[in-house]
Amino acid sequence: MRFMSYAAAASLAAVFTISTAQAADISGAGATFPYPIYAKWADAYKKETGIGLNYQSIGSGGGIKQIKAKTVTFGATDAPLSGSELDEAGLIQFPMVMGGIVPVINVEGIAAGQVVLDGPTLAKIFLGEITKWDDDAIKKLNSGVKLLSAAIAVVHRSDGSGTTYNFTDYLSKVSPAWKEKVGTEKAVEWPVGIGAKGNEGVANNVAQTKGSIGYVEYAYAKQNKLTYANMINKDGKTVAPEMSAFQGAADGADWKGTPGFAVVLTDQAGAAAWPITAATFILMYKEPASIEDSALALKFFDWAYAKGGKMAEELDYIPMPDSVVGLVHEEWKKIKDTAGKPVFAMN
Amino acid sequence: MDAAVAGRGIGLVHDQAKLAKTLRRFRTGDAIFKWFTLTSAVTVLVLLAGVMIALLHGSLPAWRAFGFSFFTSESWNPVTEKFGALPAIYGTLLTSFIAMFIGVPISLGIAIFLTEISPERLRRPIGIAIELLAGIPSIIYGIWGLFIFAPWLQVHVQPLMIDTFANIPVLNQLFAGPPYGIGMLTAGLILAVMVLPLVTSITREVFDTVPPVLKEAAYGIGCTRWEVMRRVVIPYTRVGIIGGMMLGLGRALGETMAVTFVIGNAHRIVPSILAPGTTISASIANEFTEAVGELYTSSLVALGLILFFITFVVLALARFMLMRLEMKAGK
Repeated sequence: MRFMSYAAAASLAAVFTISTAQAADISGAGATFPYPIYAKWADAYKKETGIGLNYQSIGSGGGIKQIKAKTVTFGATDAPLSGSELDEAGLIQFPMVMGGIVPVINVEGIAAGQVVLDGPTLAKIFLGEITKWDDDAIKKLNSGVKLLSAAIAVVHRSDGSGTTYNFTDYLSKVSPAWKEKVGTEKAVEWPVGIGAKGNEGVANNVAQTKGSIGYVEYAYAKQNKLTYANMINKDGKTVAPEMSAFQGAADGADWKGTPGFAVVLTDQAGAAAWPITAATFILMYKEPASIEDSALALKFFDWAYAKGGKMAEELDYIPMPDSVVGLVHEEWKKIKDTAGKPVFAMN
Repeated sequence: MDAAVAGRGIGLVHDQAKLAKTLRRFRTGDAIFKWFTLTSAVTVLVLLAGVMIALLHGSLPAWRAFGFSFFTSESWNPVTEKFGALPAIYGTLLTSFIAMFIGVPISLGIAIFLTEISPERLRRPIGIAIELLAGIPSIIYGIWGLFIFAPWLQVHVQPLMIDTFANIPVLNQLFAGPPYGIGMLTAGLILAVMVLPLVTSITREVFDTVPPVLKEAAYGIGCTRWEVMRRVVIPYTRVGIIGGMMLGLGRALGETMAVTFVIGNAHRIVPSILAPGTTISASIANEFTEAVGELYTSSLVALGLILFFITFVVLALARFMLMRLEMKAGK
């Protein structure tokens, strides 16, 4: 009963915020992960142009539902829709910004970057097959590091999330056992561990729980000063979670050949590539109900690609490479008005 | 005064039409009042029926797909879309049981102390402290539980429990490690703190309704304080005490935010009460926003329906217990 009233209140609130948004505002809804940067861009954009953005960070699933219900001009999701799903709904999809997902640990006597893990070992930890920090598999990767015989406490997301989608996608790619037993999804049946709500929940739980390991967006690891682990990537090189490593993952990806840019940036090749990188995506209709609204939204995204890069880096997001932005501009030509004329005109 | 009444009477008699009008006005007023109260009462029924229908309708796909196995399955797998409610039901009942097991005796202790034993000048401060405890929002309990209570349990209490019970059968299963800090026990303990003010304030109030003459008579024939409580106060007030307990249980069953913070949110059934688990309301709060696909959403709604029924059954049981007690007392 309590939940029903919450749900009712939430949907009421959603209806009101949508209907009270000014006509000149761009409306969107979806993923929580890019919310801080969208908010920052929106603030700067409003100062420059007077046009505001009304973005509800209700989660990727909610964003897809809202755009399909046509209550918003754009939807945002961390887990990309496939080409066929996009065609079915008449949507186009493009990546807006990227972020890194970082394994964070809380082990006595271990500082950030001291421990190195590889994909199969990480999968075994999250499968519950490795239960102690001084397990041979971890020791082998970390000769010279003194690991205590402490129990490993796995911390994962309890809510559905794009972060989980990308993390489990990585584990599925590097571990056949994970792929078979657990799989890739925004929420999965975790074999072991504690669930915590949101990136901040996982960050807090890892900080509180001795012997724990979790995964969070890079920004949360950095801001909470959590101890991160370095990773061994597909090329067998050890990489630290840094801007250049996330960028490295994007460089090697096949953006052009993937319908809807539905590239999952995990386990990418490249000596410098961080293995768990993720892009977040925007969804829009090819034949929008309101041409004006879609034109406004596209202008905002164009501005964000052109001028938002520095702001993104300040918040530990990675801007899209110029080559990808060029491809996105091509994709935008698919958004047309009833006369078949592209809505977005390049200057 | 007589003259005044008579005067009014004569005035009314002289003005029959006016009297009829006044009476008519009273009657309409009464009718409106009656309809207003009736509508208010019916609204509750309509709302209840509406919630029921919405939950039933929303959960239909889940019932169709899983049938009765929804109650018995331990699996909660969004990837393969196989859902079962057993871990959530188990967690809901277990945490509420821990909360009542610890909360009720303490509440009764506080209430007895405040009404019978405490010196007059201590009553108000303790009473106010308990009321303040009731006013703390549940999210604060959750944050406190996660940041202060759980780490303290993990470092100081849980290792002690695990070591102490390590060689005792059954108990070593119940208190098996590793110590996470958060888990079923922590959630139960936080819930105990949350039901405490509710149960205390109600039992305290019903204790105050015991006529002093009864207690004085009991003391007069040489009863000890314990005997007065056991033989006079508690039998006299048992209906109220059970009512208070049921209100507390209702809160424990439905509490969402604080539990979500400290229970560990894992859809698993493990014998150890130190292990992470989940409750119905915590699952819904966690997963509803990002639940993609009809079956996932519908399974969460089905969980809501089950919670609705559990609450209903608890209330019905409480009524039943009260009826039996009253019949026994009547004999």
